Amino acid sequence: MAGKVTVLVFTLIVFVTAILAGFVGSLTGLGGGVIITPVLTLFLGVDIRYAIGASLVSVIATSSGAAAAYVRDGLSNIRIGMFLEIATTFGALLGAFLALYVNAQVLVTIFGLVLLQAAWQTVRAHKEAKADAPPDPLGQKLALAGTYQTPEGPQSYEVHRVKAGFAMMFGAGAISGLLGIGSGTFKVIAMDQIMKLPFKVSTATSNFMIGVTAAASAGVYLSRGYVDPGLTMPVMLGVLIGSVTGARFMSRLPVKLLRQVFAVVTAAIAIEMIVSGIRGGA
Amino acid sequence: MNRDTEGSLQHWVSAVLRFGVVLAAAIGALGGVYYLIRHGSEPVAYHTFTGDANPNRLVGEVFKGVLAFRARSIMQLGALVLIATPVARVFVSLLGFVKEKDRTYVVITLIVLLTLLGSIVGGAIRG
Repeated sequence: MAGKVTVLVFTLIVFVTAILAGFVGSLTGLGGGVIITPVLTLFLGVDIRYAIGASLVSVIATSSGAAAAYVRDGLSNIRIGMFLEIATTFGALLGAFLALYVNAQVLVTIFGLVLLQAAWQTVRAHKEAKADAPPDPLGQKLALAGTYQTPEGPQSYEVHRVKAGFAMMFGAGAISGLLGIGSGTFKVIAMDQIMKLPFKVSTATSNFMIGVTAAASAGVYLSRGYVDPGLTMPVMLGVLIGSVTGARFMSRLPVKLLRQVFAVVTAAIAIEMIVSGIRGGA
Repeated sequence: MNRDTEGSLQHWVSAVLRFGVVLAAAIGALGGVYYLIRHGSEPVAYHTFTGDANPNRLVGEVFKGVLAFRARSIMQLGALVLIATPVARVFVSLLGFVKEKDRTYVVITLIVLLTLLGSIVGGAIRG
């Protein structure tokens, strides 16, 4: 479809698509970035390198916006976030440099695999991980334990397996840098499944960390021309508007049903990406 | 960290994040509208990647473009403000930990800050 389309028409299509992606991304917890990239590449014929550049910038916007509220409400653990950001920023730099040397088809294939995992993650039954061991001494040394507000009053929590969580965060950072996504699902796994933090604290701290992780690879993306302003702006503004709206409507919609529907759609798109990446059609 | 410092750090971190996102969106939206007025009827070409031809890939070039009132550079300035937002957030956290004389976290925060600055200065400023 590229070629005969004017800038005005293309920008409006991208803008509306980004609003929908942001809306769905916030309802499902997948984030807008992981949804907008396949849509841009598969349906609008955009080169994946422009798509991940635009997506990375939009990820900074939505996560920073969400984190502003989480931090104010004391849900994000600033210490845990700062400490784990050492892992995510180094991982992100590695990922961004890898992205420069990996060809577009391989990127599309890896993206599809990560998207498939994320789709699975949204529907799988969530079990609050039970801590059955004493807290990690390293976590105590770093004063990572905290308190957060629940409907039943303030609740304190301890931190487990800090090193394993740190290693997982390095991986999450690398995927973020490689694919231009927030990789929030991996960050949440590191905190709630490995480090046994409460799910709400994990989500809030993940949003707090995503902006810094993305900013680390943004320098590399910018300097290589992945961030094209004409594509990035409608994507960023659209995803931002969509995710704010999604968060507002969340309590009035059948979120569980929507998640299941979107997980199926997301999985289908993921498979389409994997196939087109392997075939070399993207 | 005592409760008051913790509360004020949360307040400042939250304020910096909100301010950065709103400012970036405002600049981006202004630049975007101007871009559509000026270039709306031109054809698009995002199906082939020509990254090195993008003049807005270096921070200095973006500023030059903004001063020359180029729409694409104004939009890119919005993106730069957004990328700077988490960096500013880390800097504010650093001030908080310095004020609290929390050595460990001053060091941790410095590592993150230097990594970020290294990436941005090494990549997008020097080129």
